[in-house]
Amino acid sequence: MSLLTIEGVWKNFHGHSVLRGIDLEVRPHEVVSLIGASGSGKSTLLRCVNLLETVDDGTILLEGRDVTDPRVDVDEVRKRLGIVFQAFNLFPHMTVLDNITLAPRQVHKVPRERAEEEAHALLTRFGLAHKATSYPDQLSGGQQQRVAIIRALATQPRLMLLDEVTSALDPVLVVEVLEIIRELKQSGMTMILTTHEMGFCRDISDTVCFLDGGVLLEKGPPEKIFSDPDEARTRDFLRSVLEARRL
Amino acid sequence: MTDMPAGPVWVKSERQVERERVRRARARRSASIATASTVVFAVLVGWVVTNSPGWPRVQDTFFNPEHFARALPDVISGFWLNVKIFLFAEPLILVVGLLVALVRSTRTAALFPVRALATLYVDTFRGVPTLLVIYMVGFGLPALRLQGIPTDLTALGVIALTLSYGAYVAEVFRSGIESVHPSQVAAARSLGLSHGKTMRFVVLPQATRRVVPPLLNDFISLQKDTALVSTLGVLEALRQAQIYASGKFNYTAYLVAALLFILLTIPMARFTDYLAERTRRRRGA
Repeated sequence: MSLLTIEGVWKNFHGHSVLRGIDLEVRPHEVVSLIGASGSGKSTLLRCVNLLETVDDGTILLEGRDVTDPRVDVDEVRKRLGIVFQAFNLFPHMTVLDNITLAPRQVHKVPRERAEEEAHALLTRFGLAHKATSYPDQLSGGQQQRVAIIRALATQPRLMLLDEVTSALDPVLVVEVLEIIRELKQSGMTMILTTHEMGFCRDISDTVCFLDGGVLLEKGPPEKIFSDPDEARTRDFLRSVLEARRL
Repeated sequence: MTDMPAGPVWVKSERQVERERVRRARARRSASIATASTVVFAVLVGWVVTNSPGWPRVQDTFFNPEHFARALPDVISGFWLNVKIFLFAEPLILVVGLLVALVRSTRTAALFPVRALATLYVDTFRGVPTLLVIYMVGFGLPALRLQGIPTDLTALGVIALTLSYGAYVAEVFRSGIESVHPSQVAAARSLGLSHGKTMRFVVLPQATRRVVPPLLNDFISLQKDTALVSTLGVLEALRQAQIYASGKFNYTAYLVAALLFILLTIPMARFTDYLAERTRRRRGA
């Protein structure tokens, strides 16, 4: 059974359709990448899965349960999801440790001691053990984003949503964040990510989806999409990204 | 993306129609629960009050329709004076508050005495109760017999309110100025704008927008504090109500004054709510 099923999802903003009938299935342990130009609807789709946006039509099933039902408890749904934002969105008034243990303690009722133990284990695993008592503004962008990923991981989500997590970082820092995501894939985490890092996307994805004007135009394994896409618009998009890279 | 591919066209699915029906039903349910609980609450409060042993007396002294009608013209005519005091004081307060805030945000060494003076002003007038300021300005200032100091009690009342509220508003402005991120100043200064131009074109426009809700809050407070000027003997709404009450031994006139003040402050309160809501929506919450 698929972990996440998106069926015919529409989303309108001010009379303009940002998502126009998206269908997508995500199997357990699968890594799905969403690519496309800015405004193609990638981020909106992630926000719909996370219920930060209410869909205007269609259905999203998480582990077989309809999360777009108006009667559903959104907090209950979000407990099973982890999301990482482009701008990190760490809480500036809390230490790294408190950022990570906030949700486990307040939402999942994990005792402080155990929550901190687990947080320390995660920090050690991702090479940030010495930053536990630092505040976000004392960290580099790459470190902040790694903390944000750990914060999302700490609640043991069934599905991770990564929204352009490297877009605000310089190339050197991008690497350390991508390393973490690679390790998450190896540990079997199911992920949906939007990205502009085509090399990384090709490397890590099981499935690549090309969104264009709110439509999921083409979907397939990375080898197929990057080498021999069916759609002319996919080809155009990839070519323009490649050209931009060469500058 | 500007060019939209001629893709699918949205036809609302049955699923969505059903979903919207559920949402509407829930909205209706919430609305009827809100109405029911309001009615129950109002009836309960009304019942407790009207069944209290002293109610007939209270009703006659405070809620007497006959006295209400008779006191109304005098209190309303007094109330116009409150409105006038408020309308004069408000722009003056804005000017004083903004000037003091700007002085306090300067960093130039030569301006230290002015800055110290501004700080002293804010400390003093925020610390002294408004009523005392009104007494001191209303009775103390004319006693100096200086040239050019107004002797009109209403004008003195406006001066006193301006001094008292100017100190509060200065702090509101200053917190707004300081809430603008330093990177904005860095960007403006690196374009070659002077400190003054940076303030005028970059910092203040952002600061002002942020402080509008707390400023309006202070103004609501000012609207009712205009009644304090009655202590100087100015014939405004509260004073008129006092005169009526002491002549007729009935307090309904106070109720009239209270209702007039509420009528004045409610539009301002709703306007504040509206602005807050608009900011919230713009931030995409």
